[in-house]
Amino acid sequence: MNATTKTYGLIAEFTTPADIMHAAEKVRDAGFRRWDVFTPFPVHGMDKAMGLKNSKVGWFAFLGGVTGYATGMLMIWWMNAFDYRIVVGGKPMFSPFGAFPPSYELTILFGAFGSLGGMLFLNRLPRLHHPLLKHRRFIENGAMHDKFYLVIETDDPKYHATETRKLLESTGSAHIETVEG
Amino acid sequence: MALPATQVQIPPVPKELERVPLVGNQRSIGWLSDHLAGIAEGKTPLWWWCAFVPSFLALCMLLSMLAYQISTGVGVWGNMHPVMWGWDIINFVWWIGIGHAGTLISAILFLLRQRWRTGVNRAAEAMTIFAVMCAGIYPALHVGRVWFDWWLFPIPTSNGIWPQFRSPLMWDVFAVSTYFTVSVLFWYMGLIPDLAVMRDRAKTKIRQFLYGLFALGWTGSNRHWSNYEKAYLILAGLSTPLVLSVHSIVSLDFAVSQVPGWHTTIFPPYFVAGAIFSGFGMVLTLLIPLRKVCHLEDVITQRHIDVMCKVTLATGSIVGYAYGMEFFIAWYSGSPYERFAFMNRALGPYWWGYWIMIICNVVVPQLFWFPKVRRNLLVVFIISILVNIGMWFERFVIIVISLHRDFLPGNWGYFKPSVVDICTYIGTFGLFFTMFLLFLRFLPMIAISEVKGVTPQADPHHPLGGAKTNGGHH
Repeated sequence: MNATTKTYGLIAEFTTPADIMHAAEKVRDAGFRRWDVFTPFPVHGMDKAMGLKNSKVGWFAFLGGVTGYATGMLMIWWMNAFDYRIVVGGKPMFSPFGAFPPSYELTILFGAFGSLGGMLFLNRLPRLHHPLLKHRRFIENGAMHDKFYLVIETDDPKYHATETRKLLESTGSAHIETVEG
Repeated sequence: MALPATQVQIPPVPKELERVPLVGNQRSIGWLSDHLAGIAEGKTPLWWWCAFVPSFLALCMLLSMLAYQISTGVGVWGNMHPVMWGWDIINFVWWIGIGHAGTLISAILFLLRQRWRTGVNRAAEAMTIFAVMCAGIYPALHVGRVWFDWWLFPIPTSNGIWPQFRSPLMWDVFAVSTYFTVSVLFWYMGLIPDLAVMRDRAKTKIRQFLYGLFALGWTGSNRHWSNYEKAYLILAGLSTPLVLSVHSIVSLDFAVSQVPGWHTTIFPPYFVAGAIFSGFGMVLTLLIPLRKVCHLEDVITQRHIDVMCKVTLATGSIVGYAYGMEFFIAWYSGSPYERFAFMNRALGPYWWGYWIMIICNVVVPQLFWFPKVRRNLLVVFIISILVNIGMWFERFVIIVISLHRDFLPGNWGYFKPSVVDICTYIGTFGLFFTMFLLFLRFLPMIAISEVKGVTPQADPHHPLGGAKTNGGHH
């Protein structure tokens, strides 16, 4: 694979969120799969315009939370009621009520790690290299600043050098370029 | 019945009902990037050095006080019989309470869709983290033999013994350490897109590398934003019960004991309200001068100050209600010890502490009922400092006044702080402000991408966001 000469995709620049949203609807309806929209902030309604499904992050957070609660309860039972029993103030060796506050905190702790970790995993981050982050127009007062971009990758089965460019031109983009891989 | 959209007559909005925009002067999205990221770029301003040098000196004082305390023992503090918890626990509760406003702004107001939070949440979250750092010093040090602090954690030791989880003090270890960790995660996650802004603006190789490293390769992809927003929502949902539980558990350190004045069921909600009250006091204390020196009048607008004053008023009134209810229950319980404890608060040897608390926490914030007061930034600033003083005295009242005269007169005493107590407390301000100033200098203090998102230019259904038709379809 000669990555140096391969083109990553076509990039189209927009200046307003409404324009990129209409463009995204067009690209979605054209049936592309390997494409994305890059914005300086999350644009409300873009998930629908791109045809994205609900994010799966919730499952990671849920699994984290369940793990945390179970860890807390089992740990406290094992330590104070099984491995080394100590009588304190005539209280029971294990009570779910006394064990609840630390287990509750661990639920939140593990849930939070699940949420952040799940987000990073689903987004395949951290990532040290991305073709767009070497594209001058994208980084200089670009997608992090106030511009909006739509990128269709060459890996997309529907990609066609001239047809795809035509499609992007029809969305009203003021600027279309190729991105080197 | 379907009227054509053009024929629907929408009456004009009356002047007094018009919404004040969240970003003043219709600033563009690009302006927001340049201005907000610019605070952490370029030459270090003079005011920064003027604030940093004394803060750093105070931090050095803190470190020397802690070294002295560790090498000599807790006897260097004013703690004595019967006031075994003195300034250490007062300051612990005070600092951790301050942190709560940051989490309230970042998590609870997010769930409540209060979009004004975007102007202040980053700085408030940073305040939370640094306040919890200051708080954490005290419980770690007050155990006396700091080198055994790790016994608090469930780590296998050669003693074969485990922490005792039936004590609220153990719950506190978990609550505070979870609070700190989750606050850092939440703060960092909010920072990722803004670190990418800083990375793409960086002029030097080292800045580009460091911001790039911590931005984790963020590109602003909408597929990423989709997961990111969900994760942010979940973190907000997790932080909300967390922040309510942390100060509840701190209050259980007191309420689970038998000491008159501590043994009350009202403590958890009362502590949480007080924490949010003091935290908003601190947010106002920090942001009013910062707004001026960093020229943030268009981002932290008068409306932001106004709502924060209202939250302060509301929580201050809840705290005032709790003070009254404590007195009522002390009388209604019929317990002579409870009655004595409360009469002793208001009229005993520490009467002045009690009345400073009442004036600063209950009386002074009532001024926020008046819009004129809320609009006078100098007055708001002074009140915010009085709130912090009042909340410090609340913890003084609860801890010192309750302990100094308990069941038997033979047990009574009078607590005075030592010089080391005072210098350590001043030193924690050094730690707090040193960290906060470093944060201002190197990280974006306003959530850039979030503020962009609340402007009309960011709304694809708004004419300023490029919408061809004015609203209409949805």
